[in-house]
Formats: sequence, structure tokens, C-alpha cells
Amino acid sequence: MNLPQSQPIRDFSDYRSDFPGLHQTVNGQPLVYLDSAASAQQPTPVIEAVARYQREDHANVHRGVHTLSHRATELYEGARDKLCEFINANSRAEIILTSGTTESINLVAQSYCRGMLKPGDQVLITSLEHHSNIVPWQLVCEQTGAELIVAPINDRGEVELDELYELMTGRVRLLGIGHVSNALGSINPLHDIIRRAKQAGITVLVDGAQGVPHMPVDVQALGCDFYAFSGHKMFGPTGTGVLWGRESVLESMPPYQGGGDMILEVSFDKTVFNDLPYKFEAGTPNISGVVGLGAAVDYLSAIGMEAISHHETSLHDYMVQQLSTIEGMRLVGTARQQASVQSFMLNEIHPHDLGTILDHQGIAIRTGHHCAMPVMQRLGLPGTARASLGLYNNHDDIDRLIAGLEKARQVFA
Amino acid sequence: MNAAVDNPQLQNLYRELILDHATKPRNFGRLAAATHNAEGINPLCGDRLSLYLCIDAGSRIDSISFEGSGCAISLASASLLTETVKQLCVADAQACFTAFTQRLTQGTNPEALPAAVGFDKLHALDGVREHPSRIKCATLAWHALHAALHQQPLTTTE
Repeated sequence: MNLPQSQPIRDFSDYRSDFPGLHQTVNGQPLVYLDSAASAQQPTPVIEAVARYQREDHANVHRGVHTLSHRATELYEGARDKLCEFINANSRAEIILTSGTTESINLVAQSYCRGMLKPGDQVLITSLEHHSNIVPWQLVCEQTGAELIVAPINDRGEVELDELYELMTGRVRLLGIGHVSNALGSINPLHDIIRRAKQAGITVLVDGAQGVPHMPVDVQALGCDFYAFSGHKMFGPTGTGVLWGRESVLESMPPYQGGGDMILEVSFDKTVFNDLPYKFEAGTPNISGVVGLGAAVDYLSAIGMEAISHHETSLHDYMVQQLSTIEGMRLVGTARQQASVQSFMLNEIHPHDLGTILDHQGIAIRTGHHCAMPVMQRLGLPGTARASLGLYNNHDDIDRLIAGLEKARQVFA
Repeated sequence: MNAAVDNPQLQNLYRELILDHATKPRNFGRLAAATHNAEGINPLCGDRLSLYLCIDAGSRIDSISFEGSGCAISLASASLLTETVKQLCVADAQACFTAFTQRLTQGTNPEALPAAVGFDKLHALDGVREHPSRIKCATLAWHALHAALHQQPLTTTE
């Protein structure tokens, strides 16, 4: 992608009005939504695209000769084209539509790894990963006798690169690594990591669930083999997601699930599988969700991912600066490259109590282990409070968070 | 709670007694001579409490303690539990478990409890009823009590 190196920070206040979910009161206070890393709110164009499809265009895809089926297919495949362009994939055959990042990673574990891994082989991940980039590898290692090995992180929440590179021996068949940590916000230096992995002949899967909503992603420039992400974290519907895979790798993989749509010809003697991407899309898909995801891509593209990244970086800086002014604040996760997420602890107050007290003031944050229990164990914490940003957040949201935390301090004073 | 906190719902949840028990939990620590014990885990939040009981030959809870980490609600509830069931017979402690969990999950008042049971203090946790996501915090220690009395070493809220 040829994006300008720097753009002026745009005024994002206009976009806020596109999100009806933000305009309500919770517990008598205007809602402050700081939980987009768990799931982002949806803009009106996404909500309307889904509703219009359900009202006017619904039929099954790839099957009928009638008009509605044709329209549904156009919308569904149109979304695939948009996604292809959005992450700069080489071809639409590389865009496998899934139910989300979790299914995307399980697909790779079971279709790519299960037949390939042998006892003695290794799968490499890091301590920073979300459970969905841990457990699928554990399962396939148990099934094949391969070994799961883990690169450590430092106290700031950064992957220890020297140790990661040392682990990249000839035994490692696949590296699974997050783009941005959902628990700590750390951005992994993917270009360097992928280059080193490829030099060692290792296949690389990137968990991009927290990357795609916040910054431009160019899968060809990254040089990985798989990139997985979810629709609902990028302002689209739940139950949608993408596995991007390098076409030559996808071609070599057996189907993940059997059923309708993934076949060319079935007899009881033999089944001929369909071409990419349909080989991996068995059964009637989440058509309305994918239509909404296409609308989300249009929405983000119109604003520009570079501009969104600038806006969020500046807001994240402000959030960190303001949080640091609170007495008893401990920031958890202080990576030098961080995006959209900040975890923290306040005095001895348990994160759940913080979450409840903030909710009473209309402020939504996430509390707990963030589906990253190994990160919490590494840092010696039961969990954290986490504020996470989306393109619609602003300085007022941060100011309300700070005031809310001051009140929490008073409750436990 | 600081008087500056003017939110009645918050005050109802984090009552003085709750904060007092959360910050200064009673009967906290491990009981070396425990005859019964159980661990309660809330897998959603990672809270983990261990409960230790010494039950004498007459089926009376002679002493009780707990340890672990958790939010203010789960710590206060565990602390209040130890005060409530200490010196009760096992059957009365079991009746307390039923009464408390029903009061929180169904909003029903317990049937008449034996005179020995000092249940009123537990009403301080009534505010939790308005927070469905926090009910499991308040019942965690009680499920551990139930498990310990039934000789089950581990229980979860799920």
C-alpha cells in the first residue's frame, strides 16, 4: 500500500455520531465505551447494510438461479473483494471467510498442521498470546506428538526478541504470534520477526484480531503465511472473520470441514473439492454478517486506516499521561510500541470492583485476565482493569475515566 | 466509604461492613489442624479461595479460616461466612448455605433458621442482588463451604 507517511490528525468528532450505541445513558450517565478490544460498537452503515440485506436481498448464496440468490451472492462475494483490497491480499482466493479469529486459527491448526506435524516437531508461540492463539496449538500438538514452545516477555510486556530468535531452530514448523497484544497493547515488530522466521524456514501465522481495527495492514508487505482477524473488533457484526492465507499454502491444505459449497462433485466413491476459497467454506455461511463486514470495510476505508492510527495513538498517549497522574496507579504493559489498549491496577483495588464502580458512572471497561492467563501469571497478577480505544473515542472519554477512577479511590479510601 | 461518594447504588453495594471485612478479613489464614477443606475457583475472573474447617466429634465447627485472593465482595463474603458458621453444627451451617445462596440468587427469604444462626449480618450483601455479574463473587466462599462439608476438595462457580 502506498500511504502517505504522515497526515494531519483529523477531527474525529463527526464519526462519533455514526455509532448509535454510543448515544445512550447507562446508570444515569452518558455512556463512555472503553471496551472496543473486547468488541467494537457498530456504525449505522453496518447496521443498515445488515438490515437491508435481511429485508430485501436474503436467499442462499452460490446456489439459486433466481434473482434473490444472485443478489445475496453478489453482496457476499462483494464483501470478499473489499476485504481482499483492505489487507492487500494478492487474490480473492486467499480470503477465507470464517466465524472469527478463533475459527481461523483452528482451521490452520487442524488443516495445515495436523497432517504435517510429527513427533519432535515444534510449534512456537509467545507468552503474550490470547488463549485462541495458544489452545488450538496445544490441541494439535497433543494430536501429533509435536511440542509447543513459548518465547518469554519482559516486564514491559514486550516479547524478548533474542530468546524468540534463539528458539527458531530447524525443529520449529510454525510460529503463531499476535500483531497487537489484547491484554497489554504491545505491538510486535512483525517485519523483523517474520523475516527471521522465514530465514529459518518457519511458516508464520499472525493473530491480527487487535491489529486490523487500529492500523493499516498489508499482508504482502508483512511476508507472513497466514493472517487471522475478526469482524466484530473492526466495527462489523459478530460471527464473522477472515483467514488470509498465501494461495500456494492454502492450495496444499486439505479441507477443514466437509459439507455443501466446498465440493465440485460428490459420489459415494469420491468427492472432488471446490477451488479456493470455497474449499474451506462448508455449509451456508453467515451471509448477513459478511454483508455487514463489507460495509465496515467501506466505512474504515473512507476514513483511512492511517488517520485512525494517528487519532488513536494521540489518544492513547493522552490516556497514559492522564492515568499516570492518579495516585496509586500502576500501568501494566508499558511496551515502547503500544496500540489502543492500556491495562492498569489502582492501589489494592481488585479489578472487578473497579469495573463495577466505573459501570455505575456509565463507563465500560474490561476487567479480569482478558483471555490471556499466561500473561497475568507472568506478571504475577490475578487480572487487570483494561481501557481500550476505538476510532470513536475522544478526550472527554478519557477525562470521564480519570474522574471515575478518582471516585473508586474514594470508595476504598 | 467516603462521604463524597454520593451514588446510592454504589453505597448499597459497598456498604461500610463490606469494605471493613474486605480490607480487614476475619479468620484469614491457613488452619493447620483442619479436618475439612475445599478450594473455590471462579474461572471467569480467576478468584480463588481456600476454606479450612475443624469439625469436632460432635459435628460442630470448632474453628474455621480462609485464605486466597479476590474482589471486595468475595473477600467480605468469605470473612462474614467464617463469623457466621463458626461454632455452628454442620446441619445449621448447611442451612446457612442454602439460605444465603437462595437469598442472593432467587431473592427469597430463608425459612426460619435455628436461633443459633446469626444471619442478619449477611444482609449487608443484599446489594449484590442488583449486580447479576457479581453474585458469583458473593457465593464463591459459600460454595467452598458446601464442598468442604461434603468432602469435595474443589468447586467452581461454573
